Amino acid sequence: MLKEKKILSRPEILTGAFTFCAGCNHGTINKLIAESIESLGLREKVIAVIGVGCCSTMYNFWDTDAIVVPHGRAQAVATGLKRVHPDKIVFTYQGDGDLAGIGMHEAIHTPNRGENITTFFINNGIYGMTGGQGAPTTLLGAKTTTTPLGRVASEGVPIRMCELLETLSAPVFIQRVALFSPAETMKARKAIEKALKCQVEGRGFSFVEFLSNCPTNWKMTPLESLEYVRKMSDYFPLKVFREPQ
Amino acid sequence: MGKIFMKGNEAIAEAAIRAGLNFYAGYPITPATEILEYLARHLPVRGGVFVQAASEIEAINMVYGAAAGGARAMTSSSGPGMSLKMECISYIALAELPCVIVDIMRGGPGLGDIQPAQSDYFQIVKGGGHGDYRLIVLAPSTVQEAYDLTFESFLLADRWRIPVIILGDGALGQVKEGVDLYDKAPVLFEKPWALSGAKGRKPNKIVPFNLEALELEKMNLALQNKYRAIEAQEVRFENVNINSKTKLIVVAYGTCGRIAKSIIKMAVEKGLDIGLIRLISLWPFPHNEIRYLARNFPSTKFLVVEMSAGQMVEDVRLSVSDDTRVSFFGRMGGVVPAPEEILREIERKGLC
Repeated sequence: MLKEKKILSRPEILTGAFTFCAGCNHGTINKLIAESIESLGLREKVIAVIGVGCCSTMYNFWDTDAIVVPHGRAQAVATGLKRVHPDKIVFTYQGDGDLAGIGMHEAIHTPNRGENITTFFINNGIYGMTGGQGAPTTLLGAKTTTTPLGRVASEGVPIRMCELLETLSAPVFIQRVALFSPAETMKARKAIEKALKCQVEGRGFSFVEFLSNCPTNWKMTPLESLEYVRKMSDYFPLKVFREPQ
Repeated sequence: MGKIFMKGNEAIAEAAIRAGLNFYAGYPITPATEILEYLARHLPVRGGVFVQAASEIEAINMVYGAAAGGARAMTSSSGPGMSLKMECISYIALAELPCVIVDIMRGGPGLGDIQPAQSDYFQIVKGGGHGDYRLIVLAPSTVQEAYDLTFESFLLADRWRIPVIILGDGALGQVKEGVDLYDKAPVLFEKPWALSGAKGRKPNKIVPFNLEALELEKMNLALQNKYRAIEAQEVRFENVNINSKTKLIVVAYGTCGRIAKSIIKMAVEKGLDIGLIRLISLWPFPHNEIRYLARNFPSTKFLVVEMSAGQMVEDVRLSVSDDTRVSFFGRMGGVVPAPEEILREIERKGLC
């Protein structure tokens, strides 16, 4: 006789239907973070600090405390929250325009203070919410609405955030992941848990970069967009840059 | 306990600690830096969190976070730094979070100088950031008043869930005077809306935006209703020597308010009838009170004295509703006017 066993369900933290575009990795990343928080039993401790961009509507789907903050400033707001609630779990969720563009100041100084928070950096090399402009992480040659002929180096060489943060001594966990295959997705899930664990253990700043997609503004099918993410990983290598010994 | 000899900036910092300050973040800028330095020394050992931010923008955003977490939070700065903080102040206003921001004004525009000025009235009282919001703005004129108002500002911020600005100037920040640091227990507020992890309650969300126009209008209407209530309850000013014989009423605040008191003393010696309205709250502005005086003493004139090209004078003109009765005297660029030159101007223009 067959016995019914539940092997997969949506995390309880997530409520309502996502309003992200079809095929966008934001939904998967939201789910992976929510699963990790639940599996670590942190739901009642979490405060989500949500940046400006496609992710701004995220607070709608999250059944946890949350705050939406000025563009680029998530890590400063998270610092204020964490310093007055050191026993809570504070994470920021930011896109590449938010973190590596307008928020570069905070993106350096917060890790450099070793702030005991976790930053999830969603890098799809484009400004999605505003309709597909070039970002600090847009690959050379890529066409966007503001690099109509393809990005050239004089418009800025794509910035590798993990490598930049690796030059600082304070951060305790830095890893870049991607979601273009089930195997990579499982690695991403583990990276999230490791990062959150660093915070739980009070070790200091943890950072997970997700190479992500934007089928809508890249003008690709979801499948094509995942292939492009695989190509992005040639320039942005997927690896653990730092983790606690 | 007797009086302690303190700088205005130090008195502000001490008042904040005694009012229950949990979190301070700031960035060095003259003439406000002593607030940062005083709190670096004293706040951590008295139970609060001190962070020296790497920018003015970081500092105000840290305050946004700490205030969202339910803490009594403060930052301080001066003109150029305040300009940088404006975006986040607008967010905090819509998020309806309490915090205290100290602005010790210096000469502007641009990098300007580091001498006392009042040329940021428009920026602080009228807006500065984007959108329809208001801040409670309190303008102390002595070190003791800086202490008193800073202590009270945390209560006002919590009561109304609004940022309160202590608007001083370089003279107030730097001058040393005796201060009575009376012991008074701060009134603390329950903050059921604060972010602290959703344990045993529904999640709290602080979301200063709404993409639906009608919904955002509703949020705006709620703010405006709150502002009308504040206007009805929180106007503060001091009247000196105003009666039916007063020929001229000087209107001033902060350091100019203090200078105006010297003018009144000198005027009495000369047999001139001069009164003073010294504003303590710049917002809410005492429109009704000035209007009342203008109507009931129809031959009385008004002289607005500011260390600016004339900013608050616009609000006084609105209240008096007769531009011919309102004159202005100002110095700019960090120049503090002497009482004698203001009195000379009064006599030269035949205002009294």
